[in-house]
Amino acid sequence: MAMNVVWPDIKAAIADIEDGSSVMIGGFGGAGAPIELIGALIERYRKTGSPGSLTVVNNNAGNGAVGIAAMIDAGMVAKMVCSFPRSSDPKAFTERYLAGRIELELVPQGTLAERIRAAGAGIPAFYTPTSYGTQLAEGKPIAEFDGRYYVQERWLKADVALIKAELADRTGNLTYNKAARNFAPLMAMAAATTIVQAKRIVEPGGIDPEHVVTPGIFVDRIVEVADPRQEEVLLREGARQ
Amino acid sequence: MSAKLSNAQIAWRAAQDIPDGAYVNLGIGFPEMVAKFKPEGREVVYHTENGILGFGEAPPPGEEDWDLINAGKKPVTLKPGAAFFHHADSFAMVRGGHLDVAILGAYEVAENGDLANWSTGPGSVPAVGGAMDLVHGARRVAVITDHVTKNGKPKLVTKCSLPLTGVGCVTRVYTSLAVVDIVDACFVLREKLPGMSLDELQGLTGAVLVVEGGIGDLIVPEV
Repeated sequence: MAMNVVWPDIKAAIADIEDGSSVMIGGFGGAGAPIELIGALIERYRKTGSPGSLTVVNNNAGNGAVGIAAMIDAGMVAKMVCSFPRSSDPKAFTERYLAGRIELELVPQGTLAERIRAAGAGIPAFYTPTSYGTQLAEGKPIAEFDGRYYVQERWLKADVALIKAELADRTGNLTYNKAARNFAPLMAMAAATTIVQAKRIVEPGGIDPEHVVTPGIFVDRIVEVADPRQEEVLLREGARQ
Repeated sequence: MSAKLSNAQIAWRAAQDIPDGAYVNLGIGFPEMVAKFKPEGREVVYHTENGILGFGEAPPPGEEDWDLINAGKKPVTLKPGAAFFHHADSFAMVRGGHLDVAILGAYEVAENGDLANWSTGPGSVPAVGGAMDLVHGARRVAVITDHVTKNGKPKLVTKCSLPLTGVGCVTRVYTSLAVVDIVDACFVLREKLPGMSLDELQGLTGAVLVVEGGIGDLIVPEV
């Protein structure tokens, strides 16, 4: 079977992510956070010291001591690209940020989504009214179209995307669960290597083509995580990762 | 008559202006309260940045589905006819001008419609979320806010002192004391609490309140 992106082992699926990589991580708050892929990456870092100095792209900057917050706590994140680095327990990011030990690129949420989508679609830049006249537009080209001013924003690519899906088939077609979809379909397009944890992997045909959300062409590796943990549930249990 | 409206009363007043059939985004925190006061008989579809149209109130405790949350990361339920979509589609709805109304909170609003509601300046962690997108996307951008800050400083000003969210984007402000429209870079007073004189209200406002035609009484039930 030539068209098979299923990997048997989660550790192997993340083993070649290098120091200094940019990593897009799906999820909005806890919905869609690929906790097991993140866990495997943290475990590898703790054992080997690699991959460190990562740039992580997500809407948020972690919550509590699980998921992205646990990556930050472990010391493997040099920079966050996000729209909203606040949460109910933002200590991991906030302490490092205020101490100047982690970099922040703050991007309006719609601009973040569109920059990622543009990268996936091969569009190097686009114009948006968002952030015009604000601090977040400083240094960016401005242009007038039909009497209104717009800010030029560039595409945002990544080396790797880590994504949580509901169903996958072995060719990489994906579905998601409710609002856990959020940034995942965009990130899958924008990363050089897209790694997915899916709750269940089915044979081709097992997902109705009308229901495919992310077509398999955007997916490089899939691992099955049959009983994934939900970040918000872990937070409420006071878990550490 | 109390000296000023409570947050719930401000939210109630704002809710009265949401038309039947509107697609609406409510900012996280205080603006979320507006949904509670939607007048009977109007059908309104709520949009949340993280990819849902047609969500409803919170589920009962113990029935939360943490993959079904709003932009404030709070659990919600679905109304019949709800839809899920990814973030680029969600913000196409915003930036493409498809939303009818956005209701947001504010640190400051200027008489030309500038809004500051995302950053209190250096020393804090800046967080912008979807606010900068919403102010340029929705057809009508309204603000709900106390008329003055906790220290009594006016929030309606000639020029914002805090970092801007958007330029010339706000069209109406519902405060604890008044309803004010922004027309041609002026605050135009539409309604004020009946127990308060125009001079008193002007004294709590950091820019000129223009009176154009009549001033309505801002009468809100206890809610």
